[in-house]
Amino acid sequence: MPDDTDRRLLAAVQAGLPLVREPYRAVAERLGLDAADVMARLERLLASGAVRRIGAVPNHYRLGLIHNGMTVWDVADAEVDRLGAAVGALDFVTHCYRRPRALPLWPYNLFAMVHGRTADEIDDKRAAIARLIGDACRASDMLPSTRILKKTGLRIGA
Amino acid sequence: MTATPDALDRRLINALQGGFPIVPRPFAAVADALGLDEDEVIGRIAHLVEVGILSRFGPMLDAERLGGAVCLCALAVPAERFEAVAAILADLPAVAHNYERRHALNMWFVLATETPAGIEAAARAVEAATGLTVARFPKEREYFIGMRVEA
Repeated sequence: MPDDTDRRLLAAVQAGLPLVREPYRAVAERLGLDAADVMARLERLLASGAVRRIGAVPNHYRLGLIHNGMTVWDVADAEVDRLGAAVGALDFVTHCYRRPRALPLWPYNLFAMVHGRTADEIDDKRAAIARLIGDACRASDMLPSTRILKKTGLRIGA
Repeated sequence: MTATPDALDRRLINALQGGFPIVPRPFAAVADALGLDEDEVIGRIAHLVEVGILSRFGPMLDAERLGGAVCLCALAVPAERFEAVAAILADLPAVAHNYERRHALNMWFVLATETPAGIEAAARAVEAATGLTVARFPKEREYFIGMRVEA
């Protein structure tokens, strides 16, 4: 688990790195740490998965990706991990999870999120996932988002 | 530059959705790889953040590996109560995202809490505040989170 200094570091950079030539040194100076220590900590946090990645976080809407569809699939429990790995590996799938069903309303156990500039684009992506899953699909649906009601980033405390 | 990303902006966004180097001069390393100038890369990223094309530039954290918890949830909200319920969720700090979707389960939201135990408490708080049953869809397995999009 990250230690207190890691948490201070993450709290300091979660809203963004300083956009300067030496961003890690700038963070280190702000926290009273050594730049090499900051870099070593970030390497460890990346390796452990606490930091998923470092880079640009695009605003999908501002890039024109105004359509998103939560595609959901009912596949046999014995098949879900194999199929989930295959669906998750598609380059246009941004998230892919196994989740519990909520019967009778909700028979689906595999969720894959797709984005697009047009409604047709997300329909095409759904169709491509359907082709990949093939006969293993017992039921499926796609829930396009019709409105963002709330969006705040996840934040950790210091 | 305008608020619409140009070809070079798009190239930068596509190249930089992860893998930002942890070296003393990371923007110089990126610039070298793309045949650009260090200060131009910094300036373009700063502009993209300023105009909101990038939400931010930096680390993306995994809340669960930092001790927190997240859970996808859904509600079947009667049409006449939809706006009122959305307003209730907007005021609950544990609700990180909320989307309207076309389905009997028409409101889909993510609960994010500092501890795993907080999720159940937050779900019950939503139920108490709305009088509706929260369908909980905790992640059982994550296959891959690409999260990258083509700019």
